[in-house]
Amino acid sequence: MIAIKNLKVNLGNFLLQNINLEIQSGEYFIILGPTGAGKSVLLEAIAGLFPILEGVGWIGGREGTRRAPEKRKIGIVYQDYALFPHLSVEENIAFGLKMRKYPKRELKAKVEAMAEVAGVSHLLGRRPATLSGGERQRTALARALVTEPEVLLLDEPLSALDPAAREQMQSALKELHRRVKVTIIHVTHDFEEAVALGHRVAVLHDGSIAQVGSPEEILRHPGSEFVAHFALSRNIFTGRVGEAEDGCAVIDIGGTKLKAVTDLTGEVRLSLRPEDIIISPEPVRSTARNCLQGVVSDVAHRGAVIYITITVPPDFICLITRQSFEELELRKEVKVWITFKASAVHVF
Amino acid sequence: MTKIRSWARPDSMSLVFVLLGAIILLFIFAPIIKTVVSSSPGVLWNNLLEGDVYYSILLTVYAALVSTVIGLFLGVPLAYLLARRRFRGKRFLEGLIDVPIVIPHSAGGVALLFVFGSNFLAGRAFGSIGISFFNTVAGVVIAMMFVSIPFLIDSSREGFKSVDVRLEKVARTLGASPWRSFFRVSLPLAWRSIFAGSVMMWARGTSEFGAVLILAYYVPFLGQYVRVAPVLVADRFNSFGLDYARPVTALVILISLVVFIVMRTIAYRGEKA
Repeated sequence: MIAIKNLKVNLGNFLLQNINLEIQSGEYFIILGPTGAGKSVLLEAIAGLFPILEGVGWIGGREGTRRAPEKRKIGIVYQDYALFPHLSVEENIAFGLKMRKYPKRELKAKVEAMAEVAGVSHLLGRRPATLSGGERQRTALARALVTEPEVLLLDEPLSALDPAAREQMQSALKELHRRVKVTIIHVTHDFEEAVALGHRVAVLHDGSIAQVGSPEEILRHPGSEFVAHFALSRNIFTGRVGEAEDGCAVIDIGGTKLKAVTDLTGEVRLSLRPEDIIISPEPVRSTARNCLQGVVSDVAHRGAVIYITITVPPDFICLITRQSFEELELRKEVKVWITFKASAVHVF
Repeated sequence: MTKIRSWARPDSMSLVFVLLGAIILLFIFAPIIKTVVSSSPGVLWNNLLEGDVYYSILLTVYAALVSTVIGLFLGVPLAYLLARRRFRGKRFLEGLIDVPIVIPHSAGGVALLFVFGSNFLAGRAFGSIGISFFNTVAGVVIAMMFVSIPFLIDSSREGFKSVDVRLEKVARTLGASPWRSFFRVSLPLAWRSIFAGSVMMWARGTSEFGAVLILAYYVPFLGQYVRVAPVLVADRFNSFGLDYARPVTALVILISLVVFIVMRTIAYRGEKA
């Protein structure tokens, strides 16, 4: 377990303060905040790489506030990976083992095994400058993990990747966490990423922790403008993929069945943009695969647009214009139908 | 790969700039080339064999090398601190380091004498362990070091600045102490700049005249009394005139050029390969 009490860090133009966190062993913990909120500095402070003004930290029940970074059993992966440019991929991965005086005879085998897991075996002789973004990322992960750290710190690890590689890496991280059982503290500004990966999320706002909780809790009771904005702009559900029907996956979200397009199985999360949902007084025949009946439970005016919450259950948030709102004569308690395409449901 | 050349139509400004550039290049290289080619290789060779000249060049090269090695040992750590730490008065300190470049070097020599002369602070301390700086090789070394160390410190500092600090941080999390992170990551990555700075420092040391003249004009070296090459050139000219000074001048220029070019080639080898 990692515990941080009353951490205070000087960021030059503002302070990071009243930071209190408790992170369980093996947890995938996300620190979420907008760019420039001091997330990376918080991560470096946890690693002992950034000087702190106040605060106490415990790692595994022992106080370690002043412990040198090299004695903390941590690994770090930066956004741009920070691979040693003068060393080959193999030497990069072996670096931590050499520093920790790992026996020479076993070193090579250990590096090769790690490279295998990370999928960089074929790159061992290459220099970092010749690698693609994804390859650098995997090398950086292998370098951090080969020393078997108790805690892995990830600083915006996905934001430098293109969308395809990001999605792939996201599932790779999930898989990795399941296999290695390392505690992960992952810093990001991307809400989707936080929701997709985190067991728990801490929202960093104005230099302190605004909220800590599971992704669902945070979405349901957003404690900051930043989260609220996101919560209004996304429908996020947890569900289970069942039997396929007409080439579509059927996902059960607490009794309600949605059709979506995905290869994933088992426990999944899905998101749906409010503007992709059509509201109508009667069921409509169309090419859209999902048509559900619900009740208007909330109306939120946001300038020219209106967010309507429709309880099926669960709650769907829909975005419509003021004009449609008036034409449809929507009020609370009114029964309506919502329609959306299977391809509008994003499964992750 | 074939290079595609495109010729832009030369405008008047480019023409004027090329012309002005040509003038300054000629100004730099004409005297150097003229001096070197005006003595035949045979004359140069005989001149080199002359004891006076031979020992002078040896002393110059040797003392500049010693001062550069000491400079590396003392200057690189400072360069690292300047690149990595933020503290009050850092700008001022960086300016201060460059002072030896801007003051007259003879004045530098006098100033050094005030500290390292046998009656003064550092001079007395070193004197107690048998090192004296007035008219000795050690004096040549510190005179050269004083005027040339800014080149090494500045270049090394820029080298360390160009190393991403997060590489050092990653090294720390991977179990490296600050020492090992410095020697395994920072130093190898800044090596090119440090080496280039060393070459500059050495070259500047070999060409030093003013400070050496004050502090160590004639020094005992390998059983002879020897002057450094720049002093020898000046003396020959003052005592015997242009014709007599020319061969030794040509030799000194040639040797400096060759070493400088070779070193720079090593320093920049592999860059943009």
